Amino acid sequence: MWTRVILVLSLLAVAAGRPQASAPPSLPATDGAIVHALNRLTYGPRPGDVARVKAMGLQRWIDRQLDPSRIDDGVLTASLARLETLTLDSQTIQREYSGPAMVERRERQRDTPAGDEPNPVTRPPSRTTGQSQEEMAAPRTRPSEAQLKDRQVIADLEEAKLLRAIHSERQLQEVLVDFWFNHFNVFAGKGATRNYLSEYEREAIRPHVLGNFRDMLEASAKSPAMLFYLDNWQNVSPDASSPGGAQRRPQRRPEGPSPTSGAAASPTRLEVARPQRGINENYARELMELHTLGVDGGYTQADVQNVARALTGWTIQPREGSGTQFVPRLHDDKAKTVLGHTLKAGGGERDLEQVLDILAAHPSTARHIATKLAVRFVSDTPPAALVDRAAARFTATGGDLREVVRTIITSPEFFAPDALRAKVKTPLEFVASALRATGAEVRTALPLARELRDMGMPLYFCQPPTGYDDTATTWVSAGALVSRMNFAVALGKNEVRGVRIANPPDDLGQEIGSPAFQRQ
Amino acid sequence: MTSRRVFLKSGAMAMVTMGLAPSFLARTAAAGSRKKLLITVFQRGAVDGLNMVVPYGEADYYRARPSIAIARPGAAEGAIDLNGFFGLHPRMSAFKPLWDRGELAIVQASGSHDTTRSHFDAQDYMESATPGVKSTKDGWLNRYLAASAAHDAAVAEGRNPLRAVALTSQMPRTLQGAAPALAMGNTADFTVADMSARTSFEEIYQATHDKSLNGAGGEAFEAMRTLSKKTAGQYRPANGAAYPRSPFGQALQEIARLAKSDVGLEIAFAESTQWDHHVNQGAATGQMANRLDDFSRGIAALAQDLGERMADTIILTMSEFGRAVAENGSRGTDHGHGNAMFVIGGSVKGKEVYGKWPGLKADQRFEGRDLAVTTDFRDVFGEVVVKHLGASAATTARVFPGYEVKRSAFHGVLRA
Repeated sequence: MWTRVILVLSLLAVAAGRPQASAPPSLPATDGAIVHALNRLTYGPRPGDVARVKAMGLQRWIDRQLDPSRIDDGVLTASLARLETLTLDSQTIQREYSGPAMVERRERQRDTPAGDEPNPVTRPPSRTTGQSQEEMAAPRTRPSEAQLKDRQVIADLEEAKLLRAIHSERQLQEVLVDFWFNHFNVFAGKGATRNYLSEYEREAIRPHVLGNFRDMLEASAKSPAMLFYLDNWQNVSPDASSPGGAQRRPQRRPEGPSPTSGAAASPTRLEVARPQRGINENYARELMELHTLGVDGGYTQADVQNVARALTGWTIQPREGSGTQFVPRLHDDKAKTVLGHTLKAGGGERDLEQVLDILAAHPSTARHIATKLAVRFVSDTPPAALVDRAAARFTATGGDLREVVRTIITSPEFFAPDALRAKVKTPLEFVASALRATGAEVRTALPLARELRDMGMPLYFCQPPTGYDDTATTWVSAGALVSRMNFAVALGKNEVRGVRIANPPDDLGQEIGSPAFQRQ
Repeated sequence: MTSRRVFLKSGAMAMVTMGLAPSFLARTAAAGSRKKLLITVFQRGAVDGLNMVVPYGEADYYRARPSIAIARPGAAEGAIDLNGFFGLHPRMSAFKPLWDRGELAIVQASGSHDTTRSHFDAQDYMESATPGVKSTKDGWLNRYLAASAAHDAAVAEGRNPLRAVALTSQMPRTLQGAAPALAMGNTADFTVADMSARTSFEEIYQATHDKSLNGAGGEAFEAMRTLSKKTAGQYRPANGAAYPRSPFGQALQEIARLAKSDVGLEIAFAESTQWDHHVNQGAATGQMANRLDDFSRGIAALAQDLGERMADTIILTMSEFGRAVAENGSRGTDHGHGNAMFVIGGSVKGKEVYGKWPGLKADQRFEGRDLAVTTDFRDVFGEVVVKHLGASAATTARVFPGYEVKRSAFHGVLRA
């Protein structure tokens, strides 16, 4: 029985590193090493996975996971087909899904002046009350057609994320999509970000997780989701003249080629005028602190301000779900100094690329990314020698993420005894691994998304740009364990909605809720 | 003690003569030997202290903020005057009665001397109370719990996890560390209802050699037992207190429930989020105003609900740093430096804005742009730890490693 399998696997993993404590020329071939690799590189082993990897050979299995296009994922793809918003562009989502709900919300707010929030921030339902702030603001009524459509966008994303975690054969890719989305986190609760989320994950993150870091960085920098979430769409040169008006007068929209002129009659365009008057350094700072150099990466406040100047003029029209555009009139085109490099005057839209070149090539970035990946895959306190090698690989390959990941996950440190079961699962890893271990049939994953909220990890609703922390101190607490135990009990009794386990044994809940199963 | 009683008595008399209802102050003397309670509230995201506690007496405030400044008291939607120079944001009227009764004090221009403008570092530094030191493993209140337990056999014996509770889904940095503490969304959900499952979980968590999970599991089961005994049933706030129906309001209500149910609560933590207003911050109305409304109504309801229990309670608010003096290009504010803290409770020498005001002229600002810090936040934390929690010198030294907490540096926000 596979509950026994879970237990046996835990024991095997403990023994995995013993035969080869020194650096092995090839990967260890023990069952324990295979379990360890499955724990870290996937969302947990399914019944039969160990035998499958063993038959294929661990090295070959890892090579395949690093080259996911070679792995057939047809079953998953078919199950995602019903999630109709996943493949839509942001304009369609804005026009047909979130726009109507926003109009409705504004009409309601006009009737009740107390709720005068120009940029409503919605949050997932709170654990305390089970209601979102949005719902609390309004009397509880049946959701309107528009509200249901609006919710579908996030619901499709949550459903897809969980189904991929549980069922994809390209497990390492899914682990990395989660890692990189979290690295370049955006928050679905912040205004128009939700219109852009599907496109963001699909086009800015997913294609690059085993590609080049610089490419992903630029895709994220130019993505409407990031431009909106970290406010760069409003970062404009203080000297920008507005056409035919006083310099300080707020304008409704930037000039320049508008790919959305067809949407000009959209009622949402008539809402709050958008002021565009000067520097906003929010994105510039997080770009260096979180996305590239790291907080101790050696930048100054002056660098933050100059990067912000270099990024002026990159904007969107969020109320139309429009794509990104560079508006030269809004750009500070004077010379700037960034981390000792000079950006010459007149750089225009090239300024952004130059800044990203400087940041991506900086040794602090290599170290920051290598450290974060090593924390994800090896331990909360990864060995310095491994981080050094991974950072060196990053630099040598110009940020080839496949090679950096390969360096980490085939290293002796990865298979070393003190790395085994050193990581505590995040709530997402816990829930997905439970469903994988039990071979559960998932009809809808939305109730699982709700469980994740209770465990403190609402998908797509991590508010700060740091993303979720990936270490045990964050996730081990009495309260978190209570949530996990309750989920385990419910799962064992087949009481989690949308999920069905065939003939669960009596002690399944205990296995899933046990201390051993919280680790990987 | 005599002088304190005299003060309280005359204080209460003064309030009566001013036509205000005598509050919990008058009942302080009856409080006896109950444990002190400290409730800390973290405003995550860096609240704009200059629009929360408005320096309307500064012309430069208005020059720097053409579209988001709060008008002077008396003007339409103007600040609520406090002392002729500072005023509360107009949506914080719930704090005014506390101010008028002398139960609320403000420390302006407080914060960390560390220069970081990173939310994440600054929160970390404030919650560990070791600015500039990232290697600190535990939070300042966890060190208080650990150090004071070492000197109090009864506390150490029980290792009561309900001594410190965060009403958050994750354990905040403030309470992380070796001493038992709990994080929970609310008290009602903190249980494994299936008793047979609960029993077997308790056995396996007791038996495991996994130290961190063994510890957290032990706390969980201990707390479940206590909570099921002492907090069953519907909770009704006292004294007509009306909490906002927001997550923050509900968290504060849960704190009141725990405080009143005799579970041994000594330290509580709640967080108020979404203060990072880089864009369209608003002024008297708007995004930030709505957050301040929730924040102040929540805390005022908590004080009202706790009633006479406030005599031995302090509510302390904090935020990682303030925001730039000048508004940015998006009618918002970027990350700054100095900020305002509220201290509320029975032993507070209230109706006072403490701290040296550095001024807002360009040459008075930190790095030419932000409100300077003239009070190290650890001197405010320190005064609370020493005077309110009654920490010994040894305990205080452990709570603030690398920082000498001196009584001479205290502002006297609390009565001795």
